[in-house]
Amino acid sequence: MTSELDIFVGNTTLIDEDVYRLWLDGYSVSDAVALRVRSGILEQTGATAAVLQSDTMDHYRTFHMLERLLHAPPKLLHQLIFQIPPSRQALLIERYYAFDEAFVREVLGKKLSKGTKKDLDDISTKTGITLKSCRRQFDNFKRVFKVVEEMRGSLVDNIQQHFLLSDRLARDYAAIVFFANNRFETGKKKLQYLSFGDFAFCAELMIQNWTLGAVGEAPTDPDSQVDDMDMDLDKEFLQDLKELKVLVADKDLLDLHKSLVCTALRGKLGVFSEMEANFKNLSRGLVNVAAKLTHNKDVRDLFVDLVEKTPLQTPGPRKWLPRAPTVGVSLKAGREYLPT
Amino acid sequence: MPGKLKVKIVAGRHLPVMDRASDLTDAFVEVKFGNTTFKTDVYLKSLNPQWNSEWFKFEVDDEDLQDEPLQITVLDHDTYSANDAIGKVYIDIDPLLYSEAATVISGWFPIYDTIHGIRGEINVVVKVDLFNDLNRFRQSSCGVKFFCTTSIPKCYRAVIIHGFVEELVVNEDPEYQWIDRIRTPRASNEARQRLISLMSGELQRKIGLKVLEMRGNAVVGYLQCFDLEGESGLVVRAIGTACTLDKLSSPAAFLPACNSPSKEMKEIPFNEDPNPNTHSSGPSTPLKNQTYSFSPSKSYSRQSSSSDTDLSLTPKTGMGSGSAGKEGGPFKALLRQQTQSALEQREFPFFTLTAFPPGFLVHVGGVVSARSVKLLDRIHNPDEPETRDAWWAEIRQEIKSHAKALGCHAVVGYSESTSICEEVCILSASGTAAVLNPRFLQDGTVEGCLEQRLEENLPAGCGFCHIPYDELNMPFPAHLTYCNNCRKQKVPDVLFTTIDLPVDATVIGKGCLIQARLCRLKKKAQAEANATAISNLLPFMEYEVHTQLMNKLKLKAMNALFGLRIQITVGENMLMGLASATGVYLAALPTPGGIQIAGKTPNDGSYEQHISHMQKKINDTIAKNKELYEINPPEISEEIIGSPIPEPRQRSRLLRSQSESSDEVTELDLSHGKKDAFVLEIDDTDAMEDVHSLLTDVPPPSGFYSCNTEIMPGINNWTSEIQMFTSVRVIRLSSLNLTNQALNKNFNDLCENLLKSLYFKLRSMIPCCLCHVNFTVSLPEDELIQVTVTAVAITFDKNQALQTTKTHAEKLLQRASTDNEELLQFPLELCSDSLPSHPFPPAKATSVDYSSFADRCSSWIELIKLKAQTIRRGSIKTTVTVEKASPMGEGNFRNRSAPPCANSTVGVVKMTPLSFIPGAKITKYLGIINMFFIRETTSLREEGGVSGFLHAFIAEVFAMVRAHVAALGGNAVVSYIMKQCVFMENPNKNQAQCLINVSGDAVVFVRESELEVVSTPQPAASCQPSCTGGEVTT
Repeated sequence: MTSELDIFVGNTTLIDEDVYRLWLDGYSVSDAVALRVRSGILEQTGATAAVLQSDTMDHYRTFHMLERLLHAPPKLLHQLIFQIPPSRQALLIERYYAFDEAFVREVLGKKLSKGTKKDLDDISTKTGITLKSCRRQFDNFKRVFKVVEEMRGSLVDNIQQHFLLSDRLARDYAAIVFFANNRFETGKKKLQYLSFGDFAFCAELMIQNWTLGAVGEAPTDPDSQVDDMDMDLDKEFLQDLKELKVLVADKDLLDLHKSLVCTALRGKLGVFSEMEANFKNLSRGLVNVAAKLTHNKDVRDLFVDLVEKTPLQTPGPRKWLPRAPTVGVSLKAGREYLPT
Repeated sequence: MPGKLKVKIVAGRHLPVMDRASDLTDAFVEVKFGNTTFKTDVYLKSLNPQWNSEWFKFEVDDEDLQDEPLQITVLDHDTYSANDAIGKVYIDIDPLLYSEAATVISGWFPIYDTIHGIRGEINVVVKVDLFNDLNRFRQSSCGVKFFCTTSIPKCYRAVIIHGFVEELVVNEDPEYQWIDRIRTPRASNEARQRLISLMSGELQRKIGLKVLEMRGNAVVGYLQCFDLEGESGLVVRAIGTACTLDKLSSPAAFLPACNSPSKEMKEIPFNEDPNPNTHSSGPSTPLKNQTYSFSPSKSYSRQSSSSDTDLSLTPKTGMGSGSAGKEGGPFKALLRQQTQSALEQREFPFFTLTAFPPGFLVHVGGVVSARSVKLLDRIHNPDEPETRDAWWAEIRQEIKSHAKALGCHAVVGYSESTSICEEVCILSASGTAAVLNPRFLQDGTVEGCLEQRLEENLPAGCGFCHIPYDELNMPFPAHLTYCNNCRKQKVPDVLFTTIDLPVDATVIGKGCLIQARLCRLKKKAQAEANATAISNLLPFMEYEVHTQLMNKLKLKAMNALFGLRIQITVGENMLMGLASATGVYLAALPTPGGIQIAGKTPNDGSYEQHISHMQKKINDTIAKNKELYEINPPEISEEIIGSPIPEPRQRSRLLRSQSESSDEVTELDLSHGKKDAFVLEIDDTDAMEDVHSLLTDVPPPSGFYSCNTEIMPGINNWTSEIQMFTSVRVIRLSSLNLTNQALNKNFNDLCENLLKSLYFKLRSMIPCCLCHVNFTVSLPEDELIQVTVTAVAITFDKNQALQTTKTHAEKLLQRASTDNEELLQFPLELCSDSLPSHPFPPAKATSVDYSSFADRCSSWIELIKLKAQTIRRGSIKTTVTVEKASPMGEGNFRNRSAPPCANSTVGVVKMTPLSFIPGAKITKYLGIINMFFIRETTSLREEGGVSGFLHAFIAEVFAMVRAHVAALGGNAVVSYIMKQCVFMENPNKNQAQCLINVSGDAVVFVRESELEVVSTPQPAASCQPSCTGGEVTT
């Protein structure tokens, strides 16, 4: 006696969160069943392994059918085939677009191309995340990238609107898209100590201050702006950064700069004294990195350079580094540095 | 008289990409009705076209309006080649043809293609202007309302229940026409869908005409089925119960009706109590009388076979028997005469209803069923359906005579079904023989006050159990005892019925789903030989199914079955029997005995030991079940309840007859004479298996209950979360040389595993009950068994569920508490009743005889007292409910997330096989939903194999049903049923095809919580007629 066909269709689509997680994590049906058995569900419910198998298959089939809709979340809201309460819809979407820290660190700043996709096996082996899950995460990044790439307006808003993600997740995606677009190198060994959160923080500030969108100060003349204003760095601004050399060359300016920065940061920085003591080195390093940003190659290596060529690394890099880009911004704007 | 159909195509969305080059679609729409077609403009390059068309107007006569579906086809425009079809929408415009239902159909419909499934949605608005309003319902049957619900729909009351209507139409199946060889599968499927849609429209119209002839205005319990007879054609047949219904909410309609039969006025309040439940029919009506008498005895199977047992007598305390002092002998006779005359005018006194207005059902005789095996090819004549009519007429005649043999004049809970394999067809009909109160069956003018008297005197709660037949002249041997409730009348030891548990029945403990499953191998044969073989097997199957049911019932320590449905399915090389019913313990019937095992070969020590071991196991199971289902009848009897071992005095007998395909009609008497149904003799391995299978049925996990009736006896406090589902399983039998035992085991495992899976899947809803569990078995191929289950899981409040209903009064008010509105009525009514100036009824000054009047008054007072009690307890009850409400946060939360879903554009549509929605009130019936879909694929693997294919299809069917309901302005489908799910696969060719037929009633419901504010004035309204009535009568 073999089961040829075995289905369960509810008027309200049943979503089992645990099975959904297993499915998202890329486990095969049999692995998922094994994991569920281990969770002790059989004892709790008095079910048999066969029941569990059938249940898991069924959920997997449902998720498989839902996946097409999850690729364009607004469709999930408007479709008629699956009746799912809104809270559940939100959960489905949020979980589907969630990603693993370990995975995102591997692909952050890489081109979301077929080439990278081929490397997913290695990433999978390295991170212990199933290949299937890696693919889903990679495809999610790529899909979001494709959709918002050509769009105008705020990156975060666009993502939120087209993928119905929570604010936090939408911000993370904005960072991923921004990094992918600018191809910032993040994979070097020296950068390994930085978390995705650190980069995301940088990305947010850079989007706010370094991009075309930031320059135009959006609300004033929205029509005149270039399309992907939140994604590309403002070339002009990068050009202007060359002018900063004066801050290192001219002693007076250096002192003035130092005093202004110190005034602004006093009491606001844990490593203030180190910063004050090292200000000259620090400033020189930063200015040198900033001055080179006219070349694409150097832009990509921005974070590597920041770590290698400035003394940021030494005292409390995690607290310092994220602020580095802002320094450049405030300078460009001709204003004095203000902590964000 | 003609009407004008107006259609507007508004927009489309989520269309598929039809032009690969541009990744877009140039869509336009064809709107077709009858032979007229309109087209919209082509909306270029968009997947979300906005056509915003003009109103397309079709001028048609109403015959067409009833028969034809509106056909909307979405196409992709192609300049150089033929336009590609994207998909279609069929809209049944019938709901627009009667005044009380929907006035407009407007909404997003899934665009459906038989090959690709749903491909986007289209927004359509449909309206109908019927001319000549005055004469509107005369010539055609427009305006006759149809309900799938097998009880009087919630917001109506039955003025008259006219009786049985049936019709069938026959046509050639497009799939088997020569043209099918050259057309595409899509064209073929669409031809079939369209034809069936037309045929069901025609059928409905014809039935409507019959209803009008009978002076009715509605069909309740409408059941339409398709017989796919293959080469010989396509039969669409329908049965239903014609009624005259009155809308309840309009006081205007209410008043006049009350006035003429003035004496009924006073009954209003009485009727309210037994009735205010949520589930079963009766909107209380002034026309009702009280009677809950009932007499069970089951007669089973065709010619009425029956097996009965007598068990230890255990009379229980009756509950207040009211003024039921009289032995109803003469009255009964009189009543019967009246009923008889009322029913004799009818060819078939059948009723498809399973729940009845209070007082309708007087006694219940037992199950009657008939089957007949027919050969399709010989008899079929496409031009006239007479042969089919004759077949069914024959079977109905048989049913009628069975009922008569049980001393009953009517059959309730009546249904018909077929099973077809190649050219052999088994026609089956079954129902419950019953004695009915004639007052509902004729115009209100006819009133016998005598029987009414009698009825009022009968204590509610046990009346229906009382035997309708003559004790001295029983149609079959049955063991009768005095009713445990009233001790006045005789009741049988076991009662089988096809109806729902009457509202007022006194039940001890909870009920449970009981299934008998059986397979029988059969030689493959051709035509007549095959038919004969099947006919020969049938009686044995019925007998065994019956024995199994009986044994399982005993094992559950219960004594009655409700909602019994026996399905016999014929396949190439086997017959399958599946019987489902809900077992309950009726307080009126004697306590069932246990099961005793007897070995055939004595003197063998180890064998004896084995036997006693088995016996112990069985006794343990019975004890466990008693506990599980909370069956602890009050033991206030002089007799000893005794051990579970029955007195060895029982018999089972089986009488049957069957008509066969062959000419001769045999009368078989398979009575197993002295064989004792409840002493299981283990004389061979077969019997061993039987006992084992008895014990392998696992009870549902704790927190779960299941039944196949509308509601679960013993659970009254439903919370509002419901989940309707369909589950399908197909298994392939492994070996070719199967034995009956192996087959039985496989089938049994299949069903048990399916149930277990359901329990597991729905575990998050615990405590919950699976209601209306409906199993359908089919044998699509040689070694395949397909089981389809549709049911609804309903959550309930566990704390309240623990209170078992012990007395009738308590029960009534528990039910009352589920229906707040009804509850609110009590106090108001009571006030009006107890007004001193409310002299009862010289009411009938004209026609009433006063002797009975006195009694009437006393019972009237009696009932008022009862009611007062009810109210008191009722109010306590409600406070309990309120308190419960807060800890029940989860349930509340779920509700909130359901209907008023804020951000989603898609409104929630509930679906349920039940006739009600827990915690809600149905405010409007929008019309019947009857849809037929075909889905085919030539890329089975790519669609996820058979499971993926069918899963997607069923989800699509649900979606289309919901969309139609939403477009009608409804938010739920009640009495939903999947009547057919025919699945065929050919994995080698990577192909599969599936046909699904579903139906139900589209309704608007309002949550009781939302209703509370509104409901306050309502009781006042319903109270008013009773006041005015009183005044008029004085």
